Amino acid sequence: MAKTSKDLRSPLSRARGLGAAKDGVHHFWVLRVSALALIPLSLWFVFSVACLASGPADFYAVQHWVSAPSVAVALVLFLATALYHSVLGVEEVILDYSTGPARLTLLLASKFLHAIVAAAGIFAVLKVALG
Amino acid sequence: MTTKTPAQSRPLSPFMLGQYYRFQWTSLLSFGHRITGVGLALGTALVALWLIALAAGPATYEAVAPHIKAWYGQVLLFAWTWALMYHLCNGIRHLFWDVGMGFDLKTAERSGYAVVVVSIVLTAAAWAVAYLG
Repeated sequence: MAKTSKDLRSPLSRARGLGAAKDGVHHFWVLRVSALALIPLSLWFVFSVACLASGPADFYAVQHWVSAPSVAVALVLFLATALYHSVLGVEEVILDYSTGPARLTLLLASKFLHAIVAAAGIFAVLKVALG
Repeated sequence: MTTKTPAQSRPLSPFMLGQYYRFQWTSLLSFGHRITGVGLALGTALVALWLIALAAGPATYEAVAPHIKAWYGQVLLFAWTWALMYHLCNGIRHLFWDVGMGFDLKTAERSGYAVVVVSIVLTAAAWAVAYLG
């Protein structure tokens, strides 16, 4: 035991550095890593859709665009990263502004909805690209 | 035991607004980051719906497309573009803070102005590409 330490945590818990929630800085870190990945991905998405919209942008034009392997891969990466970042961010908002049973309900609803949107969006891209 | 512990009767954020905090430009940007973040979560669901309509085939896609081209669709899309550009620019500002850069008040206020200006320029650029490109 350190003689001068005022830290009430045990040396083991301090060495593990996982805190009360038991996951340490994981949430903080993955929110930032996904943010970094989303800088090029979201700029690519917005300007690609803008380019697409400048043309005819009917069913066949959009289908042709999504079918290109590079576009399909980028779309899957964008959707997966955006929804992962989103579920982490919305979780932070829910934890800050709600309490009691509402908090658990909102947390579960947010996670299920994000999973549904991610699965549906990615499946749609794969179906168009591979179909 | 059903007595209320102090932990349960704590005030819930943002209780301090108005009562204790004066208005600050930087806090407005901070709310903006959260509001655009939640808005983008909903917007991403609409992006997924657009892709599902595409996967469902030409008939479904042509049924959805008029809503995107209608005035309300375009307003929503414009709001989504700006929300994304704002959240992107302000997110980069947050990443700089995370590594300990630009955290003094003057720089934080100035970078806040830059975020708003750059997000508007990027939004205008995307819509110029779509309409004039």
